[in-house]
Amino acid sequence: MRVNISQKKVRDQFVAKIEELSGQSILACYQCGKCSAGCPAVSEMDILPNQVIRFVQLGLKDELLQSKSYWVCASCFTCNARCPKGIKIAEVMEALRQILLRKKKDYVKIPKLTDHEKEDVPPIALISSFRKYTS
Amino acid sequence: MKISYYPGCTLKTNAKNFEDSTLCSLKALGIEVEEINRWNCCGTVFSLATDDLIHHVAPIRNLIRTKQAGSDAVMTPCAMCYNTLKRANEKVKSDPDSLEKINNFIDYEKISYHGDVKVLHLLEILRDQVKFENLAKKVVKPLNGLKVASYYGCLLVRPKEIGLDDVENPQVMENLFTTLGAKSIDFPHKTECCGSYQTVDNPSIVAERTHKILTSARNRGADVVAMSCPLCAFNLDNRQKQTAEIYSEFKKIPVLYFSQLLAIALGCPEAALRLDLQYVDPNPVLKQKGLL
Ligand code: SF4
Ligand code: SF4
Repeated sequence: MRVNISQKKVRDQFVAKIEELSGQSILACYQCGKCSAGCPAVSEMDILPNQVIRFVQLGLKDELLQSKSYWVCASCFTCNARCPKGIKIAEVMEALRQILLRKKKDYVKIPKLTDHEKEDVPPIALISSFRKYTS
Repeated sequence: MKISYYPGCTLKTNAKNFEDSTLCSLKALGIEVEEINRWNCCGTVFSLATDDLIHHVAPIRNLIRTKQAGSDAVMTPCAMCYNTLKRANEKVKSDPDSLEKINNFIDYEKISYHGDVKVLHLLEILRDQVKFENLAKKVVKPLNGLKVASYYGCLLVRPKEIGLDDVENPQVMENLFTTLGAKSIDFPHKTECCGSYQTVDNPSIVAERTHKILTSARNRGADVVAMSCPLCAFNLDNRQKQTAEIYSEFKKIPVLYFSQLLAIALGCPEAALRLDLQYVDPNPVLKQKGLL
């Protein structure tokens, strides 16, 4: 993959927004990869958790906004528990979801769920899905 | 200490087996709990975005209801409710600004919140207040010969600050089942995520996890897998249907709430177990071990 890196991207509002929403200092990450090593969702991810952090460091907004990694993240907090630098990767995933959800881009479209899909699962599943995937 | 009971939404519906077995067990132990008046859904997930205060209102309102009941603590058996209530509580305790904003936002409530309610999980009550050595004396039907794998999932143990046991190797459920006379089976996937809310839009991810987690427990010799979360239970029990469709070699295994095994050991009537709500039928193995 060819990636253009520039000062402009690194200093972009987008990076500041993610740091603000997640409450994390992204530059603290030294790319050890431990977050990805323990993440149960990596087989479904196009960018691994440590790469998500790296992409934020480099301000690769377009690449990040097209990724599906944070949508398959289940907020299991394994990465947070194991990061040697104390970075809360799950919070960064949440910040990325929030940036899109706040533009009214719901990931799960409630009207499109069939009655069967809704009846099939317990309230705890529907509520958490809607809380994570809709605005 | 007066303790209020917070069931959460799913214990009143799909997880009635969790609630009935919990209440019967508590009664057998001589513990009285009173359900909170006018409780509301906790929101199920703790809001992670720094500016998202509105979603902490629901859990905090439940803590206000607890105080209004004259209690110092609230107990829930649900791992997700426990996590959300406790994290919201810790958040406002360590962040007076947020607490003030939330209190101002719900100034129609008769009292405001000051971080003075304790959030407890049922397992903590059993371990720290009842204590396992006392619990052992109340066992009337020991779970002899039953091999139980304890599954914690994510939210009982993570994040570390609010977890009820060691973050990587919790033991509380294993110790509980040993106390009840069962054989506790250790397995490497006991804190691995089941896929959680992805069960709504992406059941195949959940099937993959269910396959991995349950096969691991079975390979260690487990007869049943026990847990404390209605969402994990749905994923690991009901989603065995999809799992068996995708993985032809997969062998189903019964999944129970820890409270159902507790209720059996404490001599609760079969009706309190509500085994009719299980997807994979635990009757054969429980009968085989002489527990039903
Ligand atoms: S574990 Fe922490 S330091 Fe290591 S790559 Fe992940 S975020 Fe960076
Ligand atoms: S919280 Fe998300 S990114 Fe972190 S380990 Fe869990 S699924 Fe992976």
